[in-house]
Amino acid sequence: MTDSTMMLPSVSRLLSRERLVRWAPILVLGLLVLFFPFFEWLMDFLEGKGHAYLFDSRFFSIRNAARIGIAASPGLMVAVGVTFIILMGSIDLSMEGTVSVCAVLFAFVFLAWGATLASWAWLAVPLALVVGAAMGFVNGLVHIWLKIPSFMASLAMGFVGTGLALILTGGDRIRIEDELFRSLLTERIFNFPVMVYVAFFFLLVAWFIQSRTTLGRNFYAVGGGEELAHASGLNVERVRLMGFTLAGVFFAVGALLAVGRIGIAETATGNNFLFISITTVVVGGTALWGGIGGVWNTLVGVLIVNVINNGMIVIGLPAFFQDGVLGILVILAVALSVNRRSTSFVK
Amino acid sequence: MYGLRKVEKYFPGVHALRRVDFHVNRGEIVGLVGENGAGKSTLMKVIYGAYQPDAGGIFIDDKEVRFQNPRQAMENGIGMVFQEQSLIPNLTVMENIFLGYERQFVNFGVINWNAFAEAAKKQLAKVKLDIDPATITSELSFAQRQLVDLAKVLTIEDRIEGDLVILLDEPTSVLAREEVELLFGLVRGLTKRASFIFVSHRIDEVLDLSDRIYVMKDGAIVDVVNHDEVNVDSIQHKMVGREIDTEYYREQKQKPYNASEVLLSFDNVSLGTRYKDISFELHPGEVLCLVGTEGSGREAILRTVFGLEAPDSGTVTIKNEQVWHFTAEGGVWRGVGYVPRERKIEGIVGGMNVYENMTLSQMQNFSRAGTLLESNEKAFAREWIERLGIKTPSENKDCGGLSGGNQQKVVLAKWRSGGSDIILLDHPTRGLDIGAKEDVYEMIREMCDAGVGILLVADTLEEAIGLSHTILVIKDGEFQKRFDGTPGSKPSLYDLLHHMI
Repeated sequence: MTDSTMMLPSVSRLLSRERLVRWAPILVLGLLVLFFPFFEWLMDFLEGKGHAYLFDSRFFSIRNAARIGIAASPGLMVAVGVTFIILMGSIDLSMEGTVSVCAVLFAFVFLAWGATLASWAWLAVPLALVVGAAMGFVNGLVHIWLKIPSFMASLAMGFVGTGLALILTGGDRIRIEDELFRSLLTERIFNFPVMVYVAFFFLLVAWFIQSRTTLGRNFYAVGGGEELAHASGLNVERVRLMGFTLAGVFFAVGALLAVGRIGIAETATGNNFLFISITTVVVGGTALWGGIGGVWNTLVGVLIVNVINNGMIVIGLPAFFQDGVLGILVILAVALSVNRRSTSFVK
Repeated sequence: MYGLRKVEKYFPGVHALRRVDFHVNRGEIVGLVGENGAGKSTLMKVIYGAYQPDAGGIFIDDKEVRFQNPRQAMENGIGMVFQEQSLIPNLTVMENIFLGYERQFVNFGVINWNAFAEAAKKQLAKVKLDIDPATITSELSFAQRQLVDLAKVLTIEDRIEGDLVILLDEPTSVLAREEVELLFGLVRGLTKRASFIFVSHRIDEVLDLSDRIYVMKDGAIVDVVNHDEVNVDSIQHKMVGREIDTEYYREQKQKPYNASEVLLSFDNVSLGTRYKDISFELHPGEVLCLVGTEGSGREAILRTVFGLEAPDSGTVTIKNEQVWHFTAEGGVWRGVGYVPRERKIEGIVGGMNVYENMTLSQMQNFSRAGTLLESNEKAFAREWIERLGIKTPSENKDCGGLSGGNQQKVVLAKWRSGGSDIILLDHPTRGLDIGAKEDVYEMIREMCDAGVGILLVADTLEEAIGLSHTILVIKDGEFQKRFDGTPGSKPSLYDLLHHMI
């Protein structure tokens, strides 16, 4: 009985709900950006040193924005990669291993081939991307061929990657001291370092893939209705495989930026990316069951998470607070996006 | 002792039950027959408490009762054996039998498994099933599970004093002949304790088992006959009897098809237990309708043509080329379009907008090197929205928000615009209102004029007869009879029904 008379009221209710869900992340971001300076102002005021609310804020300054940008860039790339996977309704938890392997291999090859971007060593950059793609591809194969749920396949592949990185380095840190490569961090254009622009460029690439290519459309189709995509003649498995491969490439970009930021490649380069990237995707409003959201949501999510991290440091809250706050944020974000009336059981 | 008086039930846009009077006497087996959509399942839901009547009342021993939910009905002695079995496969037989009523075996939070098993054995004895109650349910055969389901319902007997009414919804649909006999013997034996309401589309079985038979059509009881005065023909006539409007199905627009060309042919194709030795040919401009009851194999044939299922034997030929590899991708490439029954699951992607849904199966036509040409897509979608009169504010509208009829048009537009010339329609008018149905009929005629071959599984028999050039009747996966559907010499509903059941 899909009668129009019955559909209409529920649709209009859904629309307003959808609007709320869609705009909530950006609203939260706006509030956070105003909240931290206010908190600063309040503390100063209580100490009797009142300052102009936004103009004198340590948080609300270009310098701090650049700091947030630097902190956010590698995580943004990893999160964008996993966004594609979550759009398909799958999940990829292999990012820590992939990032570590890409970082370490990049560093080895980079040092071996000339140790500066001005030499043949620049080839290490595309090589890292290929390695990322290959790892994502294998990840997808394990998931599709062996029919292992994506979360398990990718989690296991992630451990394999971390182990591989440890074997490669033997636990050592590899320093990259090339001035040209480090200019990712040191060279600034309009106050922001180059790596922020690089991240933004790749975000635009991701946006293009998402909205202007058949692959991007297929991600939404698979996430929104896998049965239907199949019944429309789509090769769903191929789409999945390409999704995991693409995610691997973005993980590799994240790895390069992570190495560029601190100048060191090691097994631990990949640490923390798992929690941060999934958190940011979800907080940004991409639905965990697929079909809804996209890379701009992920950008907002990344900014929310990094603004909170940075803001809490600026106002002097201890670091262990941050993970707790982020955890609660994830629960809130998912709770907001679940339509509990239409979902009776959750596994 | 149990009865419904003048029960009415409305759903938005549908008057599902019309002044239904229905009663069951003590120890009686009552049959209930009717076409799909006649209101049988709504009536059953009212009886076992899943729906509440909008008017009229339910009476037990002349006392009016009202059930808020199936559990309350159960406490009043009304149990239901579902067609889709209601057993949880990974639990043991005894756990299933007493699901929700385990408390009686629990002392201080600890389950007394011996008492539990003992009680379960007693229940199983009622249905003459000799199995270990600790068996995991999924290890049983289908027939055994059916009996366990019955045993589960019979536990009501121990919990309440009064009379029992047990509903059996299509209990025989997947049972073998001797299993059916076994079940019937059992049911007859249990009439000392309970009354039964037996629902089935197999009229012969209903006749065999029931003392009295209710015939439903369009939400109303059209006849009640006693076992002794039953006449199969008259029941069948009453189930379907209604005037057919040739205008409605656009029969005047039905033109002869091009018999010299063959789009699709099946030659002795079989697929497991789904269908066996099916042969037919589909020509350009032909509507070929597969007629049969639910589960007769119609859908499986459509899915084979599209490539979703590979047959075990026989040859499928599409446009003079034998099909070896059955994939949906290949089906689309060969020009086959599939309009599945569940629009929400396999028809449109909710959350994607109109133009995205339309081009989903033909994105290669709207992309260059993997990059989408969105303005082409949109212009194309606008053209088809106009051609088919799709009611949508724009091509950017989320498809999930359109009415059922317009969603169906989007699905049809997807295939037609992609150049598909073999279109598979599975219940294309299900859940649509009359106007939207007529639009779909109009489109079917148009497609035929354009030389498209249509393989149809219709929502009703009238629809099948009204629309088709050719009708194949299939029963339990086997071909029964072929009818010619040229206007003027169309078969009657009765002709079809005779071979279906």
